Amino acid sequence: MKDALLTIENLSVSFQMGKRTTRAVENVSLFLQKGETLGIVGESGSGKTVTAMSILRLLPGSAVYPSGAICFNGKNCLTIPDDDIREIRGNRISVIFQQPMTSLNPLHRIGKQVKEILFLHQDISHAEADKKALSWLERVGLKNPATKLSSFPHQLSGGERQRVMIAMALINEPDILIADEPTTALDVTVQAQILDLIRDLQKELGMAILFITHDLGIIKRIADRVAVMKDGQIVETNVPDIIFNSPSHPYTKHLINSEPKGKPDPVDDRDETLIDVSHLKVFFPIQKGILRRTVDYVRAVNDISFTLKKGRTLGIVGESGSGKTTAGFAILKLNRSTGKILLGKNSLNDLDKNKIRELRKRMQIIFQDPFGSLNPRMSVAEIIGEGLSIHNPGITPKDEEEKIIVVMEKVGLDPETRDRYPNEFSGGQHQRIAIARALILKPEFMVLDEPTSSLDRSVQFQVLELLKSLQKEFHLTYIFISHDLKVVKSLCHDIIVMKDGVIVESGPSEKIFSHPEQEYTRQLIATAFH
Amino acid sequence: MKKIHEEQWNRFKANKRAYYSLYLFSFLFLISLFSELIANEKPLLIYFDGGFYCPFIKEYAETSFGGEFETTADYADPYVIELINAKGWIITPIIPFSYHTINYNLEGPAPAPPSRANWLGTDDRGRDVVARLLYGFRISVLFGLTLTLFSSAIGITAGAVQGYYGGTVDILGQRFIEIWSSLPTLFLLIILSSVVQPNFWWLLGITLLFGWMSLVSVVRAEFLRGRNFEYVTAAKALGLSDGRIIFRHVLPNAMVASITFMPFILGGSITTLTSLDFLGFGLPVGSPSLGELLAQGKANMQAPWLGISSFVVLSVMFSLLVFIGEGVRDAFDPRKVY
Repeated sequence: MKDALLTIENLSVSFQMGKRTTRAVENVSLFLQKGETLGIVGESGSGKTVTAMSILRLLPGSAVYPSGAICFNGKNCLTIPDDDIREIRGNRISVIFQQPMTSLNPLHRIGKQVKEILFLHQDISHAEADKKALSWLERVGLKNPATKLSSFPHQLSGGERQRVMIAMALINEPDILIADEPTTALDVTVQAQILDLIRDLQKELGMAILFITHDLGIIKRIADRVAVMKDGQIVETNVPDIIFNSPSHPYTKHLINSEPKGKPDPVDDRDETLIDVSHLKVFFPIQKGILRRTVDYVRAVNDISFTLKKGRTLGIVGESGSGKTTAGFAILKLNRSTGKILLGKNSLNDLDKNKIRELRKRMQIIFQDPFGSLNPRMSVAEIIGEGLSIHNPGITPKDEEEKIIVVMEKVGLDPETRDRYPNEFSGGQHQRIAIARALILKPEFMVLDEPTSSLDRSVQFQVLELLKSLQKEFHLTYIFISHDLKVVKSLCHDIIVMKDGVIVESGPSEKIFSHPEQEYTRQLIATAFH
Repeated sequence: MKKIHEEQWNRFKANKRAYYSLYLFSFLFLISLFSELIANEKPLLIYFDGGFYCPFIKEYAETSFGGEFETTADYADPYVIELINAKGWIITPIIPFSYHTINYNLEGPAPAPPSRANWLGTDDRGRDVVARLLYGFRISVLFGLTLTLFSSAIGITAGAVQGYYGGTVDILGQRFIEIWSSLPTLFLLIILSSVVQPNFWWLLGITLLFGWMSLVSVVRAEFLRGRNFEYVTAAKALGLSDGRIIFRHVLPNAMVASITFMPFILGGSITTLTSLDFLGFGLPVGSPSLGELLAQGKANMQAPWLGISSFVVLSVMFSLLVFIGEGVRDAFDPRKVY
């Protein structure tokens, strides 16, 4: 392409770790034209971030470039001196990172951090810089920009911080913006606002955007052209229409088809009630002064009630901070709560510690971060078998091993790998191990706390299918906590929508999705199924 | 051996410096455990007149070898040696001096410079320096190991309980430790050692009383962090008891920090003993001690072999401990891949 703003030719990137070399990107060629948005989509580990970061040479020192060139303004970004690349960074090409929490320095005020970029690249007076910073904070849609200038990052919400990051990236009016999963860490409703903001600013400034994401929905909305990456290579590049409607590469087809679909399996109305929660409250005291008097409470879960029949899935939906995870933990007695929780005939809040411990084999939990929920110092067999020996004290090692093998086969893990450690497995396999650990106790009821949200789409799909088939086979009851309405729709029979600790709306899944009553629910559904 | 321990051991072995340091340290310690066979004024074995004698285990009167006195035979006496050699033979240790043996056959005044009889010279009472270093090394390491063992056990328990349960337990424990650790340890030691005649166990008890806090803060911090790990919550959800969660799931995390600290605690314990000995408040007079030898080196600048040899022994010992500690730390880190 002759009039391309940026061209990447045959780029390969490797990482040198001791004597080992890992190839992260292999012979990638791309170009970016003025004013267009190129989306790079791929699963984690596909090399999309590495490709983008090599443009500004932001990779750690262990990165080497065996081949390729990155041409910007007639110069090769890979070979120009450090001073020249610094001149480009933040000035001609800017980056927005995934984590708005950690991309801002917590010790400096917002204003100082925004102005720093100006002083670096422009000869500008303090008064002018103040004015410019203020106008940009306004432009990225922050309320009360003047007070925000003197705020610290922790005083801002995630969405506001990402807006500040965008202001910092765009204040020098760059030619190219690299957006590396800029919305992944944000709530769905905020995601939509940030995407709209980026698009509006692009029109105003006429810049090109390199948009990196794993979310096909976002790509569909924002990109002019899409490049699909897998294992460090680009498998297909085309306009979204063709990619989504007639993909040519099998991997692209696989990605598109792994969107969660289908409906929960039908259930029998005569099933008995397994869980009955009434007036559940979880309050965290706010203490002030030297005497630590309790002045107020954070009402994380404020008086919620529901019942759940055997063999069904209840979805608890809401944005971060809505209290959905806290509610899930309270039902399992993993935090202190008031109210009545009935599991069968047992009232959990009236039982002592030892009784609860005995009941734990009937109720299990799957966590959001599959790796974090596995002790890295224990082998897979030890992890899965641990609960078994607690609840069946007399079990022989041979029986235990047999049961471990059976349950591993059930969740789709190779029993031969049972002596390995968690770090030797992938994200999807971690979640399977966690499911096996819960399943081996033969529970009746499981809380699934965002079990798929840290997994790639195609893996999500597999894990959801597994959960569904296990539910059918063992007549399991699930509480499924999620912010991802697509997943919820494919799995849940009933839904509770939570906001600020209270239930906004509840009812059968079909009814909620077809006729949402509350404005908040409508908004959630609209942003999820744009 | 469990696979994870095997891997850790392999990782430790891959660190050559640490591996050889451990090898050398164990070798030195093992040798020093058999000091009586290496440095002793009494012969190991005597064949005399058709019978075998083991003087280093049992005492024999001079008359047993045909001498005149009923007293214990003095094997340094040329007259006794002559008597025995006439009807048999003697196997003497490599160093014919124990830590308390005074060499009366010195050519000059004590401290005597290195010679063929005393390889590193003698101290100011005419006792062999090599023998004293050997016994001193042994007592230092034994003291250090025992102190480390006890203080780690107490410190880890206290830290684990405080960190895991938090709240009131934690606050009370922390305030107690703050008060306890602000007591002037050295003065208390000096006062206590003037009240009782300190021996090995007394010193151990006193230093333990004021030294068990070193691991508490590390272990407590690890537990405060570790009790919020998702796999700890997962273990709670599985129905595990508190004790089991502490031992199986949280303690291993704290162990990396603790074990990394241990060689330094060992080093610190040895330093405490050495400095007490140096000041003269340590082990009873006459005991072999590196600190006492250092003090002699300071008092006798004209005899540099005293200061230099004790310095070399101490610095080699501490260096080896630090290298071993480094290797152990890296071996226990599950993220570290060589």
